[in-house]
Amino acid sequence: MRGALAALIGVAAASAFAAEPPPTAAAATPPGPLTLVIQNHRFSPAEITIPANKAVAILVINKDPLAEEFDSSALKIEKVIAGNDSGTIRLRPLAPGRYPFAGEYHSDTAKGVVIAQ
Amino acid sequence: MLATLIIVFREAMEAGLIVGIVLAATKGVPGRGRWISLGIAGGTLGACLVAIFARGLSRLFEGSGQELFNAAVLLLAVGMLIWHNVWMASHGREMSRQLRAMGAEVKLGARSLTALAVVVGIAVLREGSEVVLFLYGVATQGGSTAFGMLGGGFLGLLAGAAVSALLYFGLLAIPMKRLFAVTGALITMVAAGLAVQAVAFLQQGGFFNFLDTPLWDTSALLPDDSVPGRVLKTLLGYTDRPDGLQLAAWAAVILLMIGLTRLVHWHQAREQRPVTAPGRNPDATGTRI
Repeated sequence: MRGALAALIGVAAASAFAAEPPPTAAAATPPGPLTLVIQNHRFSPAEITIPANKAVAILVINKDPLAEEFDSSALKIEKVIAGNDSGTIRLRPLAPGRYPFAGEYHSDTAKGVVIAQ
Repeated sequence: MLATLIIVFREAMEAGLIVGIVLAATKGVPGRGRWISLGIAGGTLGACLVAIFARGLSRLFEGSGQELFNAAVLLLAVGMLIWHNVWMASHGREMSRQLRAMGAEVKLGARSLTALAVVVGIAVLREGSEVVLFLYGVATQGGSTAFGMLGGGFLGLLAGAAVSALLYFGLLAIPMKRLFAVTGALITMVAAGLAVQAVAFLQQGGFFNFLDTPLWDTSALLPDDSVPGRVLKTLLGYTDRPDGLQLAAWAAVILLMIGLTRLVHWHQAREQRPVTAPGRNPDATGTRI
């Protein structure tokens, strides 16, 4: 019983590591030239407008030397972008509305909003 | 300095809550202090490694390496917590009885200590990697304010440890015969919460894109990044905008825990029932699993 359970957990963990993203994942990241730059602990642009109900990808470029964490409960995204690095953020299809986001490490200056319309 | 204190405290508290529960759940088990300290040390080292390799990690899996890594360690922790509860289902009553009888250490083996040490390590690694990255940024910024900010960070860690201690001593107020039942229930809820977080990362990484529409939004009532929100997030799996897949994962973990413990108890009861088929000697009772 214990051996079987351990084996099950082992297989589950291994497959979590070994799993390739399913084909739909690539399809869900449409080519999007949307970029968001972090510089001096500020986002630019601070307002991003996207079409509603459509999955969109945003390339976040961190021009600061230090890491920042893109954090948004509304968008359900929590991602660390290392200093002088970039990362892709995949937004799920969003209902029309305003979705604020912030840089968790500098939340007083790093603020922005995604507007879906 | 206050800003850094708060930022570090928020992360440290989430790990601290889990450490407090694990401490209470292992009350009386010999060597648990050592194992849990090992978990914390391992998690801290792991957090530093994750911070160092953050860049490379993010590159993997078409830019979703970070999300996959987070989900994988969280699901590993869920597995370990399930293992612990199943193990306790077999041995918990015996442990509780011994603890009450002897009042001090328990003679039973500490197999599930390894699993819980891994859970502690993962909790510290998950929250710790964000703290390490943040404090490293603060430290390299240099200047006179860096010192104060690092001090704030240190105080934030202390405050997180204080929350851990509060929860631990609070749980110890529970009478011994109920303690393991309560920690077992808490562990079930914590595991469900970790599964909810794992699913969020898998969705964020683009691995699942079904059932990802939030079902409701209670952020006006209790935002999940506020301090009470984070406490409920760790202890119960609360999130202010749960989607269908997260809800399903939360329920699945709870049902799995309940199901597995029932299965173990049923199996135990069967093994202890004497066999009285005609023409055969009754089996000895009290066979041990």
